Amino acid sequence: MKRITELKAPAYFIASAAVGGREEWQGPLGGSFDFIDPSDSFGQSTWEMAEAEMGRVALNVALRKCDLSHSDIDVIIAGDLQNQCVASAIALDSFGIPHIGVYGACSTCTESLMLASAMLSLGSYKRVATLTTSHNLAAERQFRAPTEYGAQRPPAAQWTATAGGAFILSTDDEIINENRRRGLPVSACITDFLVGRLIDGAIKDGANMGAAMAFAAADSILSYFEESDLTPRDFDLIVTGDLGAVGSRILREILKEKLPSAVSRHEDCGLLLYDMSSKDVHAGASGCGTSASVLSTHFLPMLERGEVGDILFLSTGALMSQSSLLQGNSIRGVAPAVHLKSLTANNKRSSDKISAPCCNNDEVRISDTEAYEKQPSGSNAEGKPGYTRPDSGQISENNGESEVRG
Amino acid sequence: MDIYTNEGKKKLIKENTPRSTLGKNLVKSFLIGGAISGGGEALRILLLKIGVAEKQAPVYVSLTIVSIAAVLTLLGVFDSIARHAGAGTLVPISGFSNAVTSQAIDAKSEGLVLGVGAKIFSICGPVILFGLAAGVIYGAIYYIAISFGW
Repeated sequence: MKRITELKAPAYFIASAAVGGREEWQGPLGGSFDFIDPSDSFGQSTWEMAEAEMGRVALNVALRKCDLSHSDIDVIIAGDLQNQCVASAIALDSFGIPHIGVYGACSTCTESLMLASAMLSLGSYKRVATLTTSHNLAAERQFRAPTEYGAQRPPAAQWTATAGGAFILSTDDEIINENRRRGLPVSACITDFLVGRLIDGAIKDGANMGAAMAFAAADSILSYFEESDLTPRDFDLIVTGDLGAVGSRILREILKEKLPSAVSRHEDCGLLLYDMSSKDVHAGASGCGTSASVLSTHFLPMLERGEVGDILFLSTGALMSQSSLLQGNSIRGVAPAVHLKSLTANNKRSSDKISAPCCNNDEVRISDTEAYEKQPSGSNAEGKPGYTRPDSGQISENNGESEVRG
Repeated sequence: MDIYTNEGKKKLIKENTPRSTLGKNLVKSFLIGGAISGGGEALRILLLKIGVAEKQAPVYVSLTIVSIAAVLTLLGVFDSIARHAGAGTLVPISGFSNAVTSQAIDAKSEGLVLGVGAKIFSICGPVILFGLAAGVIYGAIYYIAISFGW
């Protein structure tokens, strides 16, 4: 069976937006977020509502960026970390956009991009949006312990990101040309994807999800290159979602033996989002907002600037619940992959050009993130708290708290 | 390398998962836990000096530690201390207080009865259940011993 699906027409990213909380703002990518609320509350009284509000802001900002209204979106594919995807459901009800809820734990971002590009290739939809959010404190409450509960976290534990990302995709030439006429960049697309298999992570430790997901990531990467005519040398980067330090180390060990040329190209969103020297994040970021926000703030701009040509992008999901772990079930991992292509980069690169700016060492080090700190970070380089993109009539700042109208 | 069997995966995970820094954690939890217990003992001596009955003094000490831990939890400080202290704040009655208070704060948004009321003991439930059970067993043994005149 063929596992890679080649899209009839590439799905173009016509806009993306990322929102985040305090930790994300203080991280190396903090200045590139479109909207930050350092209080993490997004003006809401509960963390669950804060996550919903975060999703609403993300979609609003993405719509504003490409000058569209909610009625221009044919379908939205949305997911988050809460039970029954209730955060995105609350976030989106006022938009009136036909909605598909997806849950892939931390793999939701790639899962929804994959589904969006597949739906677009049917030809009957013009614009499909995706939305992915996760909130640290809402996730703590649901999966672990109360937010103020005092406990020591083991070094392999990861920090659920308070972050979200919205993407708007289209295959329609008219829309793309219209966007370009208005000076809005369209410079990255999805050309093909691979649906991940469920892989038993062999552990029952909810504080070591990165390790459980590493095998799913390895399976998807190995399957992709087994079937594809492309080799890892044809990609500038192979990006995983939230393996963190432990999972990345395991993945690189596997790749070192099975697919050595992929090792130096591997990067992990979970290691890019935070300042890894910060004590609290331990092994890095997790949660589906991680890959969504890092894709929007870091990798899409890189593709737009033409610094990289091809990225194999996998979000990694750890499928489990508190009950499943207590009942003795191990964590299952899944890692869908999409092939992201830059339209601005020179795609005929020679094999010696490897543009992975770091990670030439198979050891995951704290300094992996340092390479990114000096990078230009969009128009909000000073990373002011509160509202950071003053172009919207829909969103305004209100005493440091976010407020979204309409 | 075997990545297709559980044994192979477990081996790979074990080799790559860092362990907690036991030495540092032990020292920190000993110092913080010791400070809490030492403070409690100092308070007990003080209470005895000002004329509190010997049976009541430990109760006042427990109440004081529970109250301080509850207030620190409300202020959002307790979890920052516990992150370093580990068992140092968990084992004294401060850990019990934090487990109850933090759950109460969290469940507040879900209502007073089905939220706070139903969930407040969900973390410290084992302590209450097994603590009571141990008390009952101890009481039974004590009763039997007394009635046999031991």
